[in-house]
Amino acid sequence: MSHTIPYDAVVIGVSAGGLAALNRVLPALVQPHFIPVLVVQHLSPESESYLPVHLDLRCTLHVKEAEDKEPLETGTVYLAPPNYHLMVEMDRALALSTEARVNYSRPSIDVLFETAAEVFCHKLVGVILTGANADGAKGLARIKAFGGLTVVQAPETALADAMPRAAMEAVAVDHVLPLEEIGPFLNALMCDTR
Amino acid sequence: MENERLEIHLLLEAIYLKYGYDFRRYAATHTKRRLEHRRKMADFSNFSQMQHRVIHDTDFFETLLLDLSINVTEMFRDPWFYKRVREVVFPYLKTYPFAKIWHAGCSAGQEVYSMGIFLEEEGMGDRVQIYATDFNELILQKAKDGIYSMDLIREYTANYQKAGGRRSFSDYYTADYESVIMKRSLKEKVLFSSHNLVTDGAFGEMNVIFCRNVLIYFNRELQDRVLTLFLDSLCPGGFLCLGSKESLKFSGVAHRLEIVSEREKIYRKKRV
Ligand SMILES: C[S@@+](CC[C@H](N)C(=O)[O-])C[C@H]1O[C@@H](n2cnc3c(N)ncnc32)[C@H](O)[C@@H]1O
Repeated sequence: MSHTIPYDAVVIGVSAGGLAALNRVLPALVQPHFIPVLVVQHLSPESESYLPVHLDLRCTLHVKEAEDKEPLETGTVYLAPPNYHLMVEMDRALALSTEARVNYSRPSIDVLFETAAEVFCHKLVGVILTGANADGAKGLARIKAFGGLTVVQAPETALADAMPRAAMEAVAVDHVLPLEEIGPFLNALMCDTR
Repeated sequence: MENERLEIHLLLEAIYLKYGYDFRRYAATHTKRRLEHRRKMADFSNFSQMQHRVIHDTDFFETLLLDLSINVTEMFRDPWFYKRVREVVFPYLKTYPFAKIWHAGCSAGQEVYSMGIFLEEEGMGDRVQIYATDFNELILQKAKDGIYSMDLIREYTANYQKAGGRRSFSDYYTADYESVIMKRSLKEKVLFSSHNLVTDGAFGEMNVIFCRNVLIYFNRELQDRVLTLFLDSLCPGGFLCLGSKESLKFSGVAHRLEIVSEREKIYRKKRV
């Protein structure tokens, strides 16, 4: 008997304290054919792109930097490159842009979440992790408005709690989870049958 | 088709029919975000209302044109790219007694002057003709003027040094209180002209084409069309330099070019 995964993609937004958080969440994703995972981590514009390489070594899923016009594949985590917005196009390919900063950030979590919400509608999971600003709150609200699933890291477990709190103020979040439960929770979604 | 997408489709069609600028095959998500930005700023409740204004108000269209053409640029943007150009493209250029370089989508000219500076440092200033084009007349005028705000110079100077510049960056401009103006000798080598990559044709026999951070705003189909235009404009063995996040990997013409430098996105037209 085959089952269908109720979601097509996961988007994750993370800022201050992000490396430690991603190191916890991403290696925990082990289901084969995990749906595409798109990540915006705030980084300084000059930072070298060592993050994807570092995470790729630690993860079962393939982790890489997102490229413009790249089609989405299962089993892959795409990280926004420093200094570029990451977006999802109507044909579900990735797109990069250098348009102005949003919430003082490029890449901006809101930009990824808003564009992904329009493309994936209710088949999207949005996750906000640790961070010291409010980027992502509007985007998460957008995901919710389209019927997607919203998840926020429990602020007590976040290195910086402003971002999770801002998200929880903006949306009636579906799940507030401690950091270590987020990976297993996402894994379990992959076996859900509805 | 969902209503909003339909309205955007009609708006872009109206812009094309009325003003000749063709945004119909620009990356859809990006275009929508830019249009939405203007719609909110101008307080229209939907794109059909905005369309009426665009058709009847040329000034409003000019504003929208600026919204749709992202003009962000800088001198020696991605310094490591220019460093690599010096290493791999210059030796090729030096084999020609006279060479032609095209900067497509040159914005306010910073890219053009960056390259001009390096050409001068390599003693090739008199052996090249540089063509610099953009479809936005306003920005093209800025490129011709070559006047930049003093605030930017510190960053530009740092970039110049990181790129491997051999002199003092201040040798290349005259400073005023609030702005700098690029040296006349740099400007004289450049022919600035209006050219739309979507609707205009090929340029002849170029040795090097720079088209950086422009294709990223096109959809795949349009990208392929414009890349074909570049291939038609390049002489065999000529170089094509793209923006650092623009790859040929997902395009339909990848087989016609060889990769010279992966990270720097420097390609070369095969001789077949
Ligand atoms: C982001 S800027 C890139 C400037 C410079 N090449 C750089 O990399 O720094 C993009 C430029 O492409 C121009 N552009 C956009 N669409 C174009 C078209 N169809 N034809 C010609 N130029 C275009 C815009 O006006 C803008 O100046």
